[in-house]
Amino acid sequence: MNSTAVGSPTDELELVLALRAGDEDAFTKLVNRYQSSMLRVALTYVGSRAVAEEVVQEAWLGVLNGIGRFERRSQLKTWIMRIVVNRAKRRGSEEARSVPLSVTQPSREDLGPSVDPDRFRGPDDPWAGHWRSSPPNWAAMPEPRLLSREMLNEVRRALEGLPEKQREVITLRDVLGYSGAEVCNVLTISETNQRVLLHRARSRVRAAVERYLQP
Amino acid sequence: MTNHETRQMSTDMTCQELVELITEYLEGTLAPTERMRFDAHVRTCPGCAAYIEQMRTTIGILGKLSEESMSAGAERDLLATFRNWKSGGAADGDARRT
Repeated sequence: MNSTAVGSPTDELELVLALRAGDEDAFTKLVNRYQSSMLRVALTYVGSRAVAEEVVQEAWLGVLNGIGRFERRSQLKTWIMRIVVNRAKRRGSEEARSVPLSVTQPSREDLGPSVDPDRFRGPDDPWAGHWRSSPPNWAAMPEPRLLSREMLNEVRRALEGLPEKQREVITLRDVLGYSGAEVCNVLTISETNQRVLLHRARSRVRAAVERYLQP
Repeated sequence: MTNHETRQMSTDMTCQELVELITEYLEGTLAPTERMRFDAHVRTCPGCAAYIEQMRTTIGILGKLSEESMSAGAERDLLATFRNWKSGGAADGDARRT
């Protein structure tokens, strides 16, 4: 089963059939392929790494127990991620109930503008609504600075500070590289909703990067 | 396109509006007329061109976060879970495998 492309229908069908037959290699293959993404997704909902790992373990058991019923109406990847999201959400809300000062952010609507309004010229200006001063050009910035460990930590913190709905969308889209359609399937949200959440999340993370880069 | 039309289109969208439309732009879901207004604005506005670049850079940085690995113990537990399931012993809550 190694000549078929990863995630292609044939490749998936072979894995599903092998797993149903109890093939340990097929299981290991799936684990290697999805484990890291599953952990990342679980971390979106629960406060600690240990709990996230437990969620992933539970999700795998869910996958094993459900594989006989998997009907391939959705992609295997989408189906597995949905199991992770459901388990992680359940654990996340249990945590929120048992820990009064939850590390997870309270869900709050975030309807503010993407960029601080002070960055734009006011209504009395002939150039109202235009930049007061042009945003700096990051393309000229050296890559080691943009991808430094501190920068990655800064972006991680920014992600943690997002409302949960925004965090789940941006994690799947931009951290794990899912398509918009896949995100809608995993989270069962509309395309419009997905886009709005993605927009708010990206705008906030961009602002965090900007703050970090400011001299 | 006359000069008048060009001017009208480029003054039409402000930078402040553009930053709210950028995701739809990057997703390719802007309506054709909006897309024209967007493009016309960017052609004459280095600030917004830089902002779009910043957004692309941000997405690039997010893509570098993806590596997460489970602890070694977790991998062992998983294999145990699998073998247990295979032998018919695994139960997931009340959903016992038949």
